[in-house]
Amino acid sequence: MVKVKLWGTLRHWTDGQAEVEVEAATFKEVLDRLSELYPGLAPQIRRGVSMSLDGVIYREAWFQEIKPGQEVVLMPYMQGG
Amino acid sequence: MALDQAKREFRQVGTRPNRPDGVDKVTGRAQYGADMTAPGMLTGAILRSPHAHARIVSIDTSAAEAIAGVRAVVTGVDFTPQEDNFLRDVQENCMARDKALYDGHAVAAVAATSPAIAKAALKAIKVVYEVLPHVTDVDAAVKPGAPIVQAGRALENVPAGMSENVTNACEFGHGDLDAGFAKADLVIERSFKTAATHQGYIEPHACLASFTADGKADLWCCTQGQFFVRTLCSAIIGMEASQLRVTPSEIGGGFGGKTTVFIEPVALALSKKSGRPVKIVMTRDEVFKATGPTVSSSMDVRIGMTKDGRITAGEANLRYSGGAFPCGTCDMGAQAAFAAYDVEAVRTYGWNALTNRPKEAAYRAPGAPQAIYAVESVVDELCQKLGLDPLAVRLKNAAHKGTLSSYGPTFNEIGLEATLEAAKAHPHYTAPLGPNQGRGLSCGFWFNFGGNTCVSLNINTDGTVGVTEGNPDIGGSRASISLMAAEELGIPYENIRTIVADTNSLGYNDVTDGSRVTFSVGLATIKAARDAIAKMKARAARFWGIDEEAVDWVDGAAVPAGPNAGKFPPLTLAEIAATSPQTGGPIAGHYEVNVDGAGVSFGVHLVDVEVDPETGATKVLRYTVFQDAGKAVHPDYVEGQMQGGAVQGIGWALNEEYIYGADGRLQNPGFLDYRIPVASDLPNIETVILEIPNPGHPYGVRGVGETPIVPPLAAIANAVSRAAGVRLTELPMSPPRILKALKG
Repeated sequence: MVKVKLWGTLRHWTDGQAEVEVEAATFKEVLDRLSELYPGLAPQIRRGVSMSLDGVIYREAWFQEIKPGQEVVLMPYMQGG
Repeated sequence: MALDQAKREFRQVGTRPNRPDGVDKVTGRAQYGADMTAPGMLTGAILRSPHAHARIVSIDTSAAEAIAGVRAVVTGVDFTPQEDNFLRDVQENCMARDKALYDGHAVAAVAATSPAIAKAALKAIKVVYEVLPHVTDVDAAVKPGAPIVQAGRALENVPAGMSENVTNACEFGHGDLDAGFAKADLVIERSFKTAATHQGYIEPHACLASFTADGKADLWCCTQGQFFVRTLCSAIIGMEASQLRVTPSEIGGGFGGKTTVFIEPVALALSKKSGRPVKIVMTRDEVFKATGPTVSSSMDVRIGMTKDGRITAGEANLRYSGGAFPCGTCDMGAQAAFAAYDVEAVRTYGWNALTNRPKEAAYRAPGAPQAIYAVESVVDELCQKLGLDPLAVRLKNAAHKGTLSSYGPTFNEIGLEATLEAAKAHPHYTAPLGPNQGRGLSCGFWFNFGGNTCVSLNINTDGTVGVTEGNPDIGGSRASISLMAAEELGIPYENIRTIVADTNSLGYNDVTDGSRVTFSVGLATIKAARDAIAKMKARAARFWGIDEEAVDWVDGAAVPAGPNAGKFPPLTLAEIAATSPQTGGPIAGHYEVNVDGAGVSFGVHLVDVEVDPETGATKVLRYTVFQDAGKAVHPDYVEGQMQGGAVQGIGWALNEEYIYGADGRLQNPGFLDYRIPVASDLPNIETVILEIPNPGHPYGVRGVGETPIVPPLAAIANAVSRAAGVRLTELPMSPPRILKALKG
């Protein structure tokens, strides 16, 4: 199981939970499980999210592996100028 | 691709050779957007709304079409409505359909055989408007009864009961705010406003579109991202991406403002309709009115601090307006606001509200300068009131490895403390100040990212090398890319030419944004060079009759890996290249990747100002920028980014603003009335580059392009407030605003 930290806005769709657990081994699997378990998150996930893995931000890397014990944080899709 | 621990000694990276595009630029030979021409080319021109908000009742183009020399007229109905919200917004920002949403919104366009005929045709178009109430202020836009700019655009994250103009909401943070504020000896809460500003690039948007009778098209334009232009334009025009080739020109500044399209789909539509090439060049008036300035903002910040300078809690409410279309920039501001601090309890809320202003575009670190201006202003005021040294307080509270960041992740290795220590040790920090002078300090933060990147590296038979990359060179990246290729291959910098390709010559490359190019394209270049080296080693192995694994690459030549590999004289790159036709054909290296691991970036700015109490004018006396570059590939261009950010921030802090009249029209769409700093306004901007290697890049490179715009607003506001003896809470701090504050 992977513990995923969510930013405040998303907690409206997880019964107020700031951290949820999902069965996933990759970034894509995290997104898929979150959309299944918490359908209210799906619109945001479709618009785009990034993921921080032990402090390293992954913008789109679906196949990025998640190892046991790693810190996983969902973030808005990164923008820049 | 991790840091090469073995490679910390550089021969070429870190030197300062001349930029390869320098001669062309100083002799006027460089080809910018407006320099492109084609046989039979028509002049395109755009009719723009004179109203801030109006329903388009009808558009009669018949008189314009009847003018001799007019070859095409298009309006919103010539563009197929998009189902996707993002594309629909981009398209309707380029050409209004039902409503004009801001002063300067395009409503029709013509293509004619001369500029004079095009101008006459615009005058002949009859548009009937139903003028609607408008709103240009972010606070006014969220009040009950405010004119609704666009209905039904709120995302699911907007709480019920808010104004229909609110399209986006976000919340970040952790910890118990009440408990945090209870621990504070002093809590300060302040409200701030910042005006929308423009990137101020010198080159106006320009493009040339040429549609052929069989449905293919070419587009030349000044842009930060030709591939994204292709994505947007092919979708809007309704053609396959493969049939649209986009070639970027040289670019006279972008800073995020050229990451989208404004005129390109219009030029393509006119070319398709007329069957002739069409060129559109924006006037400066159009650039101000109808491209993408920053968000305007209104913010409330509350911070608690103990007597000894420990921040116990922080809270920020950020209300941004990205103009007449939804925008998510408040997400970035809300994440960045407290990122420099290690705080137990922190919360940021962000909202975006629609106003009758042009659609926001990125401007280096979009959303962060405003939020950090507000936070750093309150931190400074707390330091003043508690009699604490502002730098010592930043150091005491600085985020570091292991800090739970305000936006969620736990920080890895970051360079903030080292950057603050560098500022503390610099003579600037302790230099004496005179009457009416003040010193300001601010930390800044930005995320940085990598992204989709492709590089091809061709070994020419004469021993020179061509590197093909897909990102327009805004800040000297061709020099930096050439340096990294030279470093890896072991040949002189002068033997390499790096060019920026069109969209048919490489795979997809993300836009030149996110401080990504030297990091990402550099990484791909290093990998492409290693790919080419592997192939050259294989050729050498064939010459010598040994295994490829028994060949090393040293100082630009293949050599036997050790005594067991045999005794052969080195085979240089030039020797291997010269015989490549006979040894298997051309040699090239390639690399395609979506890069991650950019690493976040921190900067510290220190500024001294003098405020004239009679006039309210501010003179910047001294300015020093401290920033971690990971590894400065070409230090001139790192310093240039740092200096440029400081200068743009000085303009933003002191003078620049979009000024709207009561009629909702922009009152200062030109550089006479929109005052950007010029050389005579500025001291030399001093720079201190720190090099703390980024573990996500083989040479340790970290993006440097955006962070320098983040701290200046706060640093200057803190300096002005200390010089004036009164806290300034609205940008720009123009002379009238300072005088008003001085008079209380």
